[in-house]
Amino acid sequence: MTPFSYLRARSLDDALAIDPSRGDRLLGGGTNLIDLMRKGVEQPSRLIDVSGLSEGIEPSDSGGIVIAAAARNSAVAAHPLVRTRYPMLSRAILAGASAQIRNMATVGGNLMQRTRCLYFADAAGSRCNKRDPGSGCDAIGGFTRYHAILGTSPSCIATHPSDMAVALSALDARIHLAGTGGGRTVPAADFHLLPGDHPDRETLLAPGEVIVAVELPPTPAALKSTYRKVRDRASYAFALVSVGAALMVEEGRIEDVRIALGGVAPKPWRAFGAETALRGRPATADAFAAAADAALEGAAPQPGNAFKIELARRTLISVLSGLAEDLR
Amino acid sequence: MSNLQNMIISSVRTAIGWVPGQWLPGGKPDPLITRRGAVGRQASRLDGPAKVTGTARFAAEVAIEGLCYASLVHSPVTRGRITGIDSSAAERAPGVVRVITHRSMPRVASPALMSMADMGAVGNSSLPILQDDEIHYNGQIVAAVVAETQEQADHAASLLRIDYAEANAATRFEDAKSAARTMPSLLFDTNHRKVGDAERELARSAHRVDETYRTPWQSHNAIELHAVTVAWDGDDRLTVHDATQMIAPSAAALARIFDLKRDNVRVLSPFVGGGFGGKGMWDHQIVAVAAARMVGRPLRLMLSRESVYRIIGGRSPTEQRVAIGADADGRFTSLIHTGYSVMPGYGASPEAFTLGTRALYQAKSFEFVQRHVELAVVANTFMRAPGEAVGTFAVESAVDELAHGMGVDPIELRLRNLPERHPITNVAFSQHALRQAYEDGARRFGWERRQREPGARRDGEWRIGMGCASGSFPYARMPGAAVGLTMRRDGTATVACSAQEMGMGTSTVQVQHAADRLGLPVEAIAFEMGDSGLPAAPMAGGSSQTVSIAGAIIAAAEKLTTELLRLAGNDSPLAGLRTGDVRLEREGIASATDPSRHESFRSILSRANRDEITVQAAGTPPLELFKYAMHSTSAMFCELRVSDVTGEVRVDRLLGSFDCGAILNPKMAASQFRGGMIMGLGLALTEETLFDERSGRIMNPTLADYHIPAHLDVPEIEVMWTGIPDPRSPLGARGIGEIGITGVGAAIANAVFNATGKRVRDLPITLDRLL
Repeated sequence: MTPFSYLRARSLDDALAIDPSRGDRLLGGGTNLIDLMRKGVEQPSRLIDVSGLSEGIEPSDSGGIVIAAAARNSAVAAHPLVRTRYPMLSRAILAGASAQIRNMATVGGNLMQRTRCLYFADAAGSRCNKRDPGSGCDAIGGFTRYHAILGTSPSCIATHPSDMAVALSALDARIHLAGTGGGRTVPAADFHLLPGDHPDRETLLAPGEVIVAVELPPTPAALKSTYRKVRDRASYAFALVSVGAALMVEEGRIEDVRIALGGVAPKPWRAFGAETALRGRPATADAFAAAADAALEGAAPQPGNAFKIELARRTLISVLSGLAEDLR
Repeated sequence: MSNLQNMIISSVRTAIGWVPGQWLPGGKPDPLITRRGAVGRQASRLDGPAKVTGTARFAAEVAIEGLCYASLVHSPVTRGRITGIDSSAAERAPGVVRVITHRSMPRVASPALMSMADMGAVGNSSLPILQDDEIHYNGQIVAAVVAETQEQADHAASLLRIDYAEANAATRFEDAKSAARTMPSLLFDTNHRKVGDAERELARSAHRVDETYRTPWQSHNAIELHAVTVAWDGDDRLTVHDATQMIAPSAAALARIFDLKRDNVRVLSPFVGGGFGGKGMWDHQIVAVAAARMVGRPLRLMLSRESVYRIIGGRSPTEQRVAIGADADGRFTSLIHTGYSVMPGYGASPEAFTLGTRALYQAKSFEFVQRHVELAVVANTFMRAPGEAVGTFAVESAVDELAHGMGVDPIELRLRNLPERHPITNVAFSQHALRQAYEDGARRFGWERRQREPGARRDGEWRIGMGCASGSFPYARMPGAAVGLTMRRDGTATVACSAQEMGMGTSTVQVQHAADRLGLPVEAIAFEMGDSGLPAAPMAGGSSQTVSIAGAIIAAAEKLTTELLRLAGNDSPLAGLRTGDVRLEREGIASATDPSRHESFRSILSRANRDEITVQAAGTPPLELFKYAMHSTSAMFCELRVSDVTGEVRVDRLLGSFDCGAILNPKMAASQFRGGMIMGLGLALTEETLFDERSGRIMNPTLADYHIPAHLDVPEIEVMWTGIPDPRSPLGARGIGEIGITGVGAAIANAVFNATGKRVRDLPITLDRLL
């Protein structure tokens, strides 16, 4: 690990002193960043520890919830408001990592975590356009089991590994950012970027900006929502495919529906097309199958992950059918 | 690994075959088999409190004044040469003591390769260690940096700039198969074994199966990372605290490599945090010893997890053909088990997946042969039941396939083909009760609830299946095991032996044993271990340590008896009795025929005016191995569910029913069996080293990306055993360390078939194979 200096932020102003151009990085729970520093993938010159800033989880005026960026993942998952109003989010968080890691990891850090692509992590031996722009991608043609089938580019096929962010995307969460020039709010579904020609640019966050909170709007459909994660062992593995879904049916017709997929794209993959295909339609198996087709339209797998199309299809249909069943 | 070796082994076997059994070790069953005291009792591990409270010291924890730390640099290229090294930044980095490359490393030989011909050898690879500019495999050590702290060493190591000229490397298994080598011998057997014409019998058999099974690369992942703490005393005395399965042999090897007197090298390894075959001698110990000498300070080298993947070999992948022919009654007419595994020319460890099959079934004809594929990789090594763990997956899957094809219950098919004697050598089994293990296991497991037709049981989206398979592992007792035995006037005794405690409960079980052997309470026995200065134990491998040390204790107890009788003299109630006439009991010696003739150790030593008496003895040569076929076996049962939606497999129940001789400590044995079965679960469902065949580089060198089972993957595991003592082994015991993993892969694959109708012949059984 390259030596670095450490500053514990006592206030948002301390955090806003971040200057990425000089090698500053914000530190949350450290469950990803420290690993990457050990591997030589990240070499910050200074860490500004924001894990001691606000951890609050509060009802918002509009009837939703505001979760401060330094809230621990385990605290969010266990919060009564989250469990009752947004079960999808609670389940998504609990499907991720291990209990110990969730106790450390923060909401802001979870959003900012980086891909688990094996070639990205191998600074000593592999080429990676995300780590070293323009150097090439050794993942293409290599082990791609955990790689994307949607939203890829010739320069990068990595997935975003977060479970929590999949739920946030489905729930229309808004991410509150602060900068020295003031604050702004962006939709969670837009926060992460597709790789295009610049896989090193991963989020909308501008240099010097800081995530301060995540806001969940009131979402009646979220009362009946869930998250299913499919992976290579029963716990402590990244998603091959995950589905976060919410369903509201009135008189047999789908009033509202939210669908986002994890493990299949460089960002939490909100399936807007599938949602459109379902709104106003009867909640039937045929409709769910058509929605799954819409969600996976344009999928372009690698030889090592073509199975994900069928896996995502089946998982999505099963999750929607299960929600519909519960609503009957 | 030569024809000469084949000849020697076969002539020993022939000669031993002529000798009546009662002349051999084990000819007369060990009297302790029937006279049990502490042995066989449930007992907690003696090392438990030290480990739970953190007072047990492991190799990377030994505190030495002035210690410095080393970090390794690995080659990111697979074949080629180093063309330039710029170490200036590393040398300038804070705390750096020394940068060591092939240019500065002293000239040292590599350790002699482990082999059946040289049981004292410890080397896993004959490649030079930092001796020249040539790169042989991806991950090879190209430099070491020594610094004041571990962090400084790690940082400086990242600053080294090394240029390479890359050369072509053989990294693709499929491409290299055509040039595979067929070795004359395979560990203790001839490699190519033919009985009858198995291909012809197969072709004309009434029922047959002929399939190819594949298992992947797997890596060692002991909890304790490989580590060594080295201290030189002057230039001719060396102390090495190592995490090793081979204490005494390592000391001998280091003495040879560094040109020291054997007695001037001390290797200490009282506790090892898991070995599994991976804690032998590799490059890092030699680099650390050399580096400590170069910097003139004590030095520690603890590998990172990534370094373990890069420079410690694991299990080779295998491609196995199993063909079985059966007559109309289901009797095997042909059993063929052949295939490929990787073993580079500089390696020492064949993945002998056909060895176990040679003793598993009777058949009219057999053919066994293995071929070694040469790839540019870190030398593979022995790992968690080498051979049998993956061999049983193939052969026991094939038996299940045959049974299904014939419409016969797979247990019934196995029982019809159990061997009466060793199927190849025709020698008698010392003890063999696989039939009972199956019958007992099936009853307890509820095998009768299994539906014969695949896919017949459901629970919502889950399909439920049951499977079973046989496991096997050969008995071994290592030659040359020695112990020291001290009896004191105060009625206590100490057994001393260079063996290590690496998790299996060695000291606990040998204290139980010595108590019974010497007629003392367990509280009176101490076991000293983990030091090459003590009487030499052989390496801990092949599930042999318990009986190897037990054999030495038997010899030492006999020697002690002789000495004590001599001291007792004519004023003793024992006067006139010889060693063969007495036994040790009630804290003394008694006539075997007249128990009233008894004198306590206390009394004998007091009268002789001795505080203590010490003897040293080695166990008899393990000739029972040649006279009898000695194998442990098991019947493994699995119930699991497979999601119809996602293909996910969830194992609900595992049951292992073992026939492993006498069980010496049920608590520890159950734990070892369970641990092995969990390894089998990983082998079946999750474990795979991702070796990128384009580059020859391991891509998942972390426990996040290399999947061993998580707690949630591990179901309720039940273990049971026949407990029938082996009349030919010390204490009636056979090894139990490795058999737990064998058979599990096939039991799971067979249960997956029973659940889904899908036959998976490639491990691990990941969900995409079941979609």
